[in-house]
Amino acid sequence: MTEITSTDMLDPPVADGVRRRDFINIAAVSAAGVGALAVLVPLITQMEPSADVLAESSIDVDLAAIMPGQAIKKIFRKQPLFLRNLTTKEIAEADAVPVASLRDPQTLADRTKPGHTNWLITMGVCTHLGCVPLGTGQGEPRGEFGGYFCPCHGSQYDTAARIRKGPAPKNLAVPDYIFTTATTVKVG
Amino acid sequence: MVRIIAFLAGLFFAGALLYTVLLGAYSFITEPPAPTAEKWVHARFPEKELHLASDGPFGTFDNTQQLQRGFQVYTEVCSNCHSLKYVAFRDLKALGYNDDEVKAIAAKYKVPAFDPNTGEVKSNTGVAADHFPPVVYGGQGNPPDLSLITKARHGGAIYVHSLLTGFQPQPAELLKQFPEATTPTGLYFNPYFANLNIAMPPPLTADGQVSYKDGTVATKDQMAQDVSAFLVWTAEPKLGKRHQTGWAVELFLLFATVLGYMAYQNVWRDKKH
Amino acid sequence: MSFPWANVYKPSHPFMQWMDEKLPLPRLVYNSLGAGYPVPRNLNYFWNFGVLAGVCLMIQILTGVILAMHYSVNADSAFASTEHIMRDVNWGWMLRYAHANGASAFFVVVYIHIFRGFFYGSYKAPREMIWLLGVTIFLLMMATAFMGYVLPWGQMSFWGTQVITGLFSAIPLVGDALHQWLLGGFAPDNAALNRFFSLHFLLPFVILGVVILHVWSLHIPGSSNPTGVDVKTESDTVPFHPYYTAKDGFGLGVFLLFYCGLLFFAPNALGHPDNYIPANPLQTPAHIVPEWYFWPYYAILRAFTQNILFIPAKLMGVLAMFSSILIWFFLPWLDRSPVRSGHFRPTFRKFYWVLLVDVAVLGWCGGAPAEEPYVMISQVAAIYYFLHFLVILPVVSSIERPDPLPFSITEAVLGKDDAAALGAAA
Repeated sequence: MTEITSTDMLDPPVADGVRRRDFINIAAVSAAGVGALAVLVPLITQMEPSADVLAESSIDVDLAAIMPGQAIKKIFRKQPLFLRNLTTKEIAEADAVPVASLRDPQTLADRTKPGHTNWLITMGVCTHLGCVPLGTGQGEPRGEFGGYFCPCHGSQYDTAARIRKGPAPKNLAVPDYIFTTATTVKVG
Repeated sequence: MVRIIAFLAGLFFAGALLYTVLLGAYSFITEPPAPTAEKWVHARFPEKELHLASDGPFGTFDNTQQLQRGFQVYTEVCSNCHSLKYVAFRDLKALGYNDDEVKAIAAKYKVPAFDPNTGEVKSNTGVAADHFPPVVYGGQGNPPDLSLITKARHGGAIYVHSLLTGFQPQPAELLKQFPEATTPTGLYFNPYFANLNIAMPPPLTADGQVSYKDGTVATKDQMAQDVSAFLVWTAEPKLGKRHQTGWAVELFLLFATVLGYMAYQNVWRDKKH
Repeated sequence: MSFPWANVYKPSHPFMQWMDEKLPLPRLVYNSLGAGYPVPRNLNYFWNFGVLAGVCLMIQILTGVILAMHYSVNADSAFASTEHIMRDVNWGWMLRYAHANGASAFFVVVYIHIFRGFFYGSYKAPREMIWLLGVTIFLLMMATAFMGYVLPWGQMSFWGTQVITGLFSAIPLVGDALHQWLLGGFAPDNAALNRFFSLHFLLPFVILGVVILHVWSLHIPGSSNPTGVDVKTESDTVPFHPYYTAKDGFGLGVFLLFYCGLLFFAPNALGHPDNYIPANPLQTPAHIVPEWYFWPYYAILRAFTQNILFIPAKLMGVLAMFSSILIWFFLPWLDRSPVRSGHFRPTFRKFYWVLLVDVAVLGWCGGAPAEEPYVMISQVAAIYYFLHFLVILPVVSSIERPDPLPFSITEAVLGKDDAAALGAAA
């Protein structure tokens, strides 16, 4: 902003002294700059998820009580998580679809764990604009393809929670999870 | 004009105060304030010495052995009446427990969960993300939550340690001078407590009351020291990081300030001032 | 700026020239904190504290805005959210300690700034407006600091609110109605907490506005100096940049060393343990004290224990406490000595040091429990406090014989002969 730098203001330099003296001024200003940058670290990282939020970033779910054909909703990272026990018929329906014809091509096997293909675990967040699709509760509409149906803009998901019709661009997201025992999963 | 009003106001305030102080001095001489039992006792029982790894500007919570012992004393003794509600189970990892141990500790607790839709209060098995649950207490007195106790009392850990080991019979001399200071029934004399009589019964009653896994002999004083150390941690789990950061910041500032001084001298070198 | 020899802003880069035509903000900065502001060359380190106070205000606004992102304004959750900041938020402990100790640091700096003004007569003509705005800033700071202390909703927060809002109930006729209006209830609760939070967030920006006026009014006569002699020639001054930017940079470093020492190694030393106990409307702490920077006024408040004529003691205390700061507004007209600097006023100087000790004694009594002998000591100290400003200063300023003043700042710095040589050369 100011055109006159500190060195301009000084009296004419004496022979050798000038470089060392300039160096001190530059060093002092640089140190102040480094300090200011270091202060930014806490000022910025304070907005990242805090320890209590991170502590809830993984949940354990017991699947034992979910009968084939049933689905439950859990809260995972403050968002709905769908856990569904597919019937053999639903699995067959999902496998029968030619993958190449899909908007977001994925097989059911891609979206489940080996040996647990009946367990469809997905986020309950429509990939269109973030509504919660219907289809987990008793008697809720499951759409034309027997999976999930998003009432906001009419996206229809099949029994592998893949997008089949409507505006959503992607299949319902599958979170990271592992089976800790035969009937419990650790999500996140 | 301003000065005339100021003059009068000044004399008014000064006069009012002079009148007040003279009255006060008169009653101070005629009826000197009576000594109190509290002052008599507190003057004779200075708080005991206590040295912890968290003391001083280099203090850390590296002594996880002691902190784990303190946690054991808390769970086996204190937690019957005192809650620890600002501490989460996940925080215990700082005491050297691994994820599975923390999970196991949390699972021993029932954590109340309120369902706002049904109004139903359930109790779930604790998980690492939960905080220590409230403690239901039906007896006399008001056991405070212990999470912040070492920050909420003058003297901090030193006070906690002195108080825990301070239960004793009332000195005969005290009763002679202040007969009305006799400890009421249901309360316990403790010279380190502000009003001398505390509702908490002596919590650490016998050596070996808890059995330490690391082989440390659980004398009463040892247990009191360990739980004090633990409560320093619960009150400020970030203390070690604070000290560490502090040293880095101070060293950098010292360096920058010396440079700043040199630059200042440099800029002014031809100007006498 | 009024001095004809001030450097003139001449942007060389085309963009800066364009900017200067459209919005001469760089010119404003250049003329107020840059090379365009001539400042007396003889300022001592006490003149660092104005800039430091500005830095403190910035620290408080920055950390405060961040804390507000994590804090919960509700009587049920305020305390827990403060602990959430201390334990869970990334660097939250540091930001909160920086804010809490920043308030203390701000007051230390401002007290030094004020007492510098007392000693060097900075309030005297032509700088009365700077002084009036300064006292206004100080009053706003006190209100902000008080309301900030309420927010953690600990025991001292709660009972501090109870006591301070209770002051207003001393006002005759409307007192009780006013008290209820302030609290939005019969005792401190959610309503009070929420309005204090709102005002605590707002007032710092009001302070910032008044600070800008304070600095603006400073730039009309220019900075005062330790001799109190007016600037006469160019050799009396140096440009603010780089001379005082360099000196203030060094001063800032020293300040930060102390401030960070407090923040990282004794962050609770100036606080009260009772504020780590959640607010409990059914139990009063053994003795209620405000934060240290309010102790002198608190001592004056408590010094009045007797009804005076028809005025109840409580009202007297409140009147005296508010008067103790409001009388500063009249200082430029109470001290009529034409000599500014205490260096050349031998009698004034003695009373100045007495005042300094007196305020320290008041502070010490204000932090002590309300019992003898502290009460009597605070009463005697309060007598001197009022006499100093309202009686001694006016009298001393009219009868005192000041020491001879130097002819100019240059002469004071260089000595008579060198200054004369410089004058002849120029």
